[in-house]
Amino acid sequence: MIPDPPDPNPLRDAQDRRLPQIAGPCGMVIFGVTGDLSRKKLMPAIYDLANRGLLPPGFSLVGFARRDWAHQDFAQIVHDAVKEYARTDYREEVWRQLAKGFRFVPGDFSDDVAFAQLRDTIEELDRERGTAGNHAFYLSIPPRFFPDVVGQLKEHGLAEERSGSWRRVVVEKPFGHDLKSAQELNAIVSEVFPPEAVFRIDHYLGKETVQNILALRFANQLFEPIWNSNYVDHVQITMAEDIGIGGRAGYYDGIGAARDVIQNHLVQLMALTAMEEPTSFDAHSLRTEKQKVLRSVQLPDDLDLHTARGQYAAGWAGGEKVKGFLDEEDIPRSSTTETFAAIKLAIDTRRWAGVPFYLRHGKRLGRRVTEVAVVFKRAPHLPFTQTATEELGHNALVIRVQPDEGVTVRFGSKVPGGAMEIRDVNMDFAYGGAFVESSPEAYERLILDVLLGEPPLFPQHEEVELSWRILDPILEHWATSGKPQAYPSGTWGPSSAEEMLARDGRVWRRP
Amino acid sequence: MAIELSGTNAGKVASALLLARRKAGSPTMGMVMTFVVVTDEGDHYDALRSARAVSREHPSRIIGVIRRSARGAANLDAEIKIGDGGAGEQVLLRMSGELAKHPESVVLPLLLADSPVVIWWPGKAPDDPAEDPLGSLAQRRITDMAAVSRGRAAAMLQQAQNYQPGNTDLSWTRITPWRALLAAALDQYPAKVTGGEVAAERSNPSADLLTAWLSDRLGVTIDRTVSKGPGITRVCLCTGGGDIEISRPDGVLADFSIPNAPNRPVALKRRETAELLAEELRRLDPDDIYDDTVKRLCKIAGRKPSATPSLSVKSTQESEASSDETSAAKRTPSAPTAKKASPRRRTTKSGRTTKAGKSPTKATKKSSR
Repeated sequence: MIPDPPDPNPLRDAQDRRLPQIAGPCGMVIFGVTGDLSRKKLMPAIYDLANRGLLPPGFSLVGFARRDWAHQDFAQIVHDAVKEYARTDYREEVWRQLAKGFRFVPGDFSDDVAFAQLRDTIEELDRERGTAGNHAFYLSIPPRFFPDVVGQLKEHGLAEERSGSWRRVVVEKPFGHDLKSAQELNAIVSEVFPPEAVFRIDHYLGKETVQNILALRFANQLFEPIWNSNYVDHVQITMAEDIGIGGRAGYYDGIGAARDVIQNHLVQLMALTAMEEPTSFDAHSLRTEKQKVLRSVQLPDDLDLHTARGQYAAGWAGGEKVKGFLDEEDIPRSSTTETFAAIKLAIDTRRWAGVPFYLRHGKRLGRRVTEVAVVFKRAPHLPFTQTATEELGHNALVIRVQPDEGVTVRFGSKVPGGAMEIRDVNMDFAYGGAFVESSPEAYERLILDVLLGEPPLFPQHEEVELSWRILDPILEHWATSGKPQAYPSGTWGPSSAEEMLARDGRVWRRP
Repeated sequence: MAIELSGTNAGKVASALLLARRKAGSPTMGMVMTFVVVTDEGDHYDALRSARAVSREHPSRIIGVIRRSARGAANLDAEIKIGDGGAGEQVLLRMSGELAKHPESVVLPLLLADSPVVIWWPGKAPDDPAEDPLGSLAQRRITDMAAVSRGRAAAMLQQAQNYQPGNTDLSWTRITPWRALLAAALDQYPAKVTGGEVAAERSNPSADLLTAWLSDRLGVTIDRTVSKGPGITRVCLCTGGGDIEISRPDGVLADFSIPNAPNRPVALKRRETAELLAEELRRLDPDDIYDDTVKRLCKIAGRKPSATPSLSVKSTQESEASSDETSAAKRTPSAPTAKKASPRRRTTKSGRTTKAGKSPTKATKKSSR
């Protein structure tokens, strides 16, 4: 129906960088719309995108869940979620732009009638809201329901792209709980959706500071020359949480720290820190370089000596008395699920030969912090007396991912005074005091990328499988070696983690 | 923390800044630019508040410059503030006597080393910002022709004629959401545009720029028509298959309509000054599209200068209306394009049309420097 298209759009110009990319006409369907993630992250992110003028006119949101709701009940739920959690100010006109596009389909994942109704709803939206057949299905549901939902989407013709339109599916971590289950999961989804239509959300990759790792490394002349085993002693990647498992017992027991965080977030941070320079920043080149790093990862020979795991015990954390992991509701006393995990990895490339990467994650640790610390070797010769450099440590470059986003460089400086005495100082770059407020949430960026069809920030199944290949032997070893070591809540983990680094003559940074 | 200095000089101000930072415990600020705001006693409070809001995204040293009467002895007073809602430092300089003619002598020593310098005139701006002694210190010069009290369109044209790389005007920033939506409309309905129309209140530099941009990009005649406002009320692009139309009668919620698709509402709010500045500061390199647009604006005006009510406003009614608009702009600096239009103007002049077309060969070269 569209008359002779003159391409490209004359109103767009590569030089016109003020113009934001607005997603084309489309809608989104959320399965599991009653969950915390939908209410606290997805709905607010959609509103924030609309508020920033990045959603197309007519954007529509369909909720699917086992609730007896009418369309307006669902709209009210979204409205409340937006008012409570949205990052940007609530504006009535933005709400009015969105308001007519809310639909709710009640039903079970095995309910044929409900999926037929979903199909009708989507077709109705195409007519009334001009969504043009473009729809993203967001599976905010536990993986055990994937086969049902994906199968129903196929059966009711919802996954089929007609010419000129797209269908995409968005899945959240965990992408399986080991290599085998990840492959099974992938088989289910890829049977229905082609690889380029599957978007795996790892919200860490949507964070500004994570994307800044690439800018820091590849836009500067200052760092890359020393970013190798000639100068780097080792790398520590830490993600610490001060909270316990909260109400997630059902999910967490049997999963644990390594599967929950190391397999995805920390391995991705490691890949971005260690990878070679991609030939360009398109999705394919980035993925190629990340996969090369993941393929060259080697595990230590003796996993007992070079990994550590722990469970938080009752204690005082941040001025509050807290329960131990085994006392948490719905956690069996016999649980061997770890809440702290630390592993040592080697990357067998010329750049990183002999440079260990230490990855650690834990709950109920000293404070909430995520950082990548590149720790450098000592200067080969110090023309100072022993006493002058007694307090001099290793130089370090620390990328602070969250909170207090920024970069710290640590180096030695003379202490003012008559004597020559050298001590470590910090040089800080912070992303501005309140920068965090104005910088978009990771979910905003990722949802927009799904709607625009831009895949660079989404791991594909090869990456997922490669990271399971790294983790599987460790998990198998742990499964056969008894219970994790207890550590008091509010500390930096079990003593075995300290010993693990001490064996290499190193210590963990206190982040 | 605030420090006040009177009868001072740039060196003492710089020492006071360092002292203030140390007293605050040397907070790391990582300031990325110097942001010079040239203002006056009446406007400086609002202008500096907007600048501080922007400094959250772009931590900067904000230097407010107020030039007072050039009579009397040369004197410099300074007010230094650190903290207080911004992510950087703020100095407000008041210059009087002969010094009022040499503000650059105070500002130059206070610029941050090696970092970009941005200058903003929230009210009256020099006719040629790049040649201005303060303006020449900056690589980004932000004017706001909507804040000019009388003859806004003529003032916009003056800025267009004196364009130098690095100049920009908030009237241009204001139309980014319109431009984005129009570009998205052509993404959705990629048809050849044969003509169009921009309807806006009479004295509105943003509408003139939008007309010029559309006519430049699309290579067709775009009519600039006068409506009651507020701001821009309607943009229409004609295609063989029907019209692409975005109308915003209330300044808040627009109706988006393209052929073969249902009409849809879109939020299209007029933005706060701080938001406009934040967009301006995101890119500090010359804006080539703005360059093309102001050149087109000159050509349009050069061809039919007298028949262009929006570009040559010198009627008695205009000057009457302008006083009303000035005060409105001062009260609400966030929306300098005042929402009120003189009722008399509405009844007498609305509906006059001017053509913004493409025949550059005939245009008198007004833009040549």
